[in-house]
Amino acid sequence: MNAMRVRVKLYATLGKHVAGMAPGIPFEVELPDGATVADLVKRLNLPQEEVKVAFVNGRARPMDWRLQADDEVGIFPPVGGG
Amino acid sequence: MTGIGARLRTLAKETVGPGGESLWVISLDGLQKVAEEMKLSRREAEIVALQERVLPMRYLRNFGTIGWDGQLALLQSTVGIVGAGGLGGWIIEGLARMGVGRLIIIDGDVFEENNLNRQALCVEHGLGQPKVLLAQQRVAEVNAAVEVVAHQLRVDEAQMVQLLQGAQVVVDALDALPTRLALQRAARKLSVPMVHGAIAGYVGQVMTIFPDDPGLLELYGGSRVPERGIEVQWGNPAATPMMIAAWEIQEVVKLLTGRGKPLRRRLLFMDSELGHVDVLEV
Repeated sequence: MNAMRVRVKLYATLGKHVAGMAPGIPFEVELPDGATVADLVKRLNLPQEEVKVAFVNGRARPMDWRLQADDEVGIFPPVGGG
Repeated sequence: MTGIGARLRTLAKETVGPGGESLWVISLDGLQKVAEEMKLSRREAEIVALQERVLPMRYLRNFGTIGWDGQLALLQSTVGIVGAGGLGGWIIEGLARMGVGRLIIIDGDVFEENNLNRQALCVEHGLGQPKVLLAQQRVAEVNAAVEVVAHQLRVDEAQMVQLLQGAQVVVDALDALPTRLALQRAARKLSVPMVHGAIAGYVGQVMTIFPDDPGLLELYGGSRVPERGIEVQWGNPAATPMMIAAWEIQEVVKLLTGRGKPLRRRLLFMDSELGHVDVLEV
């Protein structure tokens, strides 16, 4: 199966889950063709309960959204305080 | 000029407006006299003055951005605020200072010591008192023209629909995700826009959701929504509620005055720790 690269930016608390990455700085991840947002979350070992929202190329997308090569993916935790 | 207009001008003074034009302004004392003479409430007296093109001096610094029509629109509007805590306190204060005529304020809690670090309405002598009571007192001190309808109640969706009747905009100043989803559904039923705001640590987000927009129901509704977010880990330091409340106030003012471009279908996400701001499409 062919591979593709996407650019990922983790927001807020999510940044701490990927070793060696400075918070808020995008980094590249290699995934198999046809991988979804959920596959990416799994690959990065992000805790499920902390991932609620993903934006692909700046647009909100569901977890089963299929990624394309060179997509930019922002992953957000739920923010609920008031 | 009507008789009322002539009377107002005897109590007002002529000054120079922001564009160099003549501008009549009236003091709080003058408005109080007009209200007593004409048996009007302070809010009604301010509305009459604006209709007669006499500007209450208290709104002079609003005037350059919202003008006569904007100030009249605000005074004649009703805004519902659900939550009178970190976000709600500043939002209530800001809307009262702008001169929004009626505020419906809903919150079931009393003030606790751990609110003192950030909640505008929380003061040491008010601990243990209902948040809506201190909200009402604060509004009366800041702008006696603003009418407050306060409900000390934890509300579900049906109660939100009932109590927020008559509001042109509803404001999310809540602290739990499921209640926010309920508020979006209530706003849909009432056919009014909802201004969403949420905070955690040094980050926060704002979005204005119209009845037909996907909004939070799309963002969080697809899966089981947690009660709390990352604020459980990060807490809520003092500046973040101010930052997000300020944007929520501004969204309300834009919606009511028809000026500007609301953050519709756009989530503004601010990270004040890293200095990053994103505007994301929803």
